[in-house]
Amino acid sequence: MSVLEISTPLTAALRRGLKAGQQVLLSGVIYAARDAAHLRFMAALEKGEALPIPLKDNLLYYVGPTPTRPGHVIGAAGPTTASRMDRFTPVLLELGLAGTIGKGFRSQTVIDAMVRHEAVYFGAIGGAGAVLAESIKKHDIIAYDDLGAEAVRRFEVERMPLIVLIDSQGNNWYETGPAAWRSRKER
Amino acid sequence: MREFDVALLSEAVYDMALHCCYILPDDFKAALRAARDAEDSEQGRHTLDIILTNLELSEQMQYPACQDTGMCVVWLEVGREVHFNADPYGAVQDGVRRAYKDGYLRKSVVGDPLRRTNTGDNTPAMVTTRIVAGDRVKAVYAAKGFGSENASQLKMLRPADGVDGVMSFVLKTVSEAGPNACPPLVVGVGIGGTFDHAARVAKEALMRPIGSIHPDPFYADLEAKWLDQINALGYGPQGYGGRTTALAVHIAALPTHIAGLPVAVNINCHMTRHEERVL
Repeated sequence: MSVLEISTPLTAALRRGLKAGQQVLLSGVIYAARDAAHLRFMAALEKGEALPIPLKDNLLYYVGPTPTRPGHVIGAAGPTTASRMDRFTPVLLELGLAGTIGKGFRSQTVIDAMVRHEAVYFGAIGGAGAVLAESIKKHDIIAYDDLGAEAVRRFEVERMPLIVLIDSQGNNWYETGPAAWRSRKER
Repeated sequence: MREFDVALLSEAVYDMALHCCYILPDDFKAALRAARDAEDSEQGRHTLDIILTNLELSEQMQYPACQDTGMCVVWLEVGREVHFNADPYGAVQDGVRRAYKDGYLRKSVVGDPLRRTNTGDNTPAMVTTRIVAGDRVKAVYAAKGFGSENASQLKMLRPADGVDGVMSFVLKTVSEAGPNACPPLVVGVGIGGTFDHAARVAKEALMRPIGSIHPDPFYADLEAKWLDQINALGYGPQGYGGRTTALAVHIAALPTHIAGLPVAVNINCHMTRHEERVL
């Protein structure tokens, strides 16, 4: 199984080369936000205010880490279920977001928006909190500190293990991966 | 009568809450290793390898194994000869409060489901009490993650739906859960009782050791069959395709009404964090 090393910023040209089912190791800067932060993003946009993070060619990781133990960069930092953010994702893609990192199904509306903007949805392994924490080398809270675990963060990551779940053409590994396994069984 | 100091209970809850988020039970680790060896999908093996590495890293480097350190669920089996010197429920909450602070665990509980202000200390734990014979107190503790809790379902089937109806509902629940619930899963199925008790025993079934055989051969047989059916769905580890969608199906059955067939399916992700102590 080939593993591809990629880095942010993730330009449209780079995104086009990523195919569903590809294992990748991601390095560079990514941003973290989940449920409560998305609600504030939407409120800010409604008021015409700027978001606290740059979106263009950047990736958003759906994560709410455990508190950082002294001597560590961050606590356990695995992904949360992405579908809870589905209602917010198309707007952020429209504004230039290159893709998202999480786990679980995405809605067809999100997939359609991803194809329009050539965005990518990466999967991180749910429950691999320690492995993913070790790939995070720097961690700063940059907005909504009062949200605790749900505050917006900036991470510098090195060789973060991910898989391309939905690619910029809309191919969905959650469909093709299990289907390929089933058809192997039936033969 | 045994005079029981509730500080004992608070300490036991504290220990279990701290320990279980960092070190998972041996039965689960053994099942995961066996699943890794039996997995015939490359993506599946790769994923299980990372999950196994994660458990080692968690223990060695003092990271909780998963960032969703759960909502606490506690069962107390209280011997009828026990006399508590103070409020046992307060003692449970005190244990949880201290463990989540000292253990760098995430506080994931909101005080009201609609107004949603975080309680700040992961209390309250959900506590169920049962009175039993003797002068001991048994405390069973689970830290339940909500990726999988959200994928759980309950349905009031008709008696004529029978075994096949229940199996269909189990398969439907697992299919809809898919990757959202973080497979490989443990699937708890509560059948019978009333609406509420079907759900209760489904969760209690998740506490059984993986690899344990149901004492009733009828249900032991159903557990094996349904596990095969679930693992034929092909979701595999994390839903990336493969054999290991679930590690176990655990059924708990209760007497029920002539007109009813309640079924609750409680899903656990691969963070099967539970422990017990007899005090």
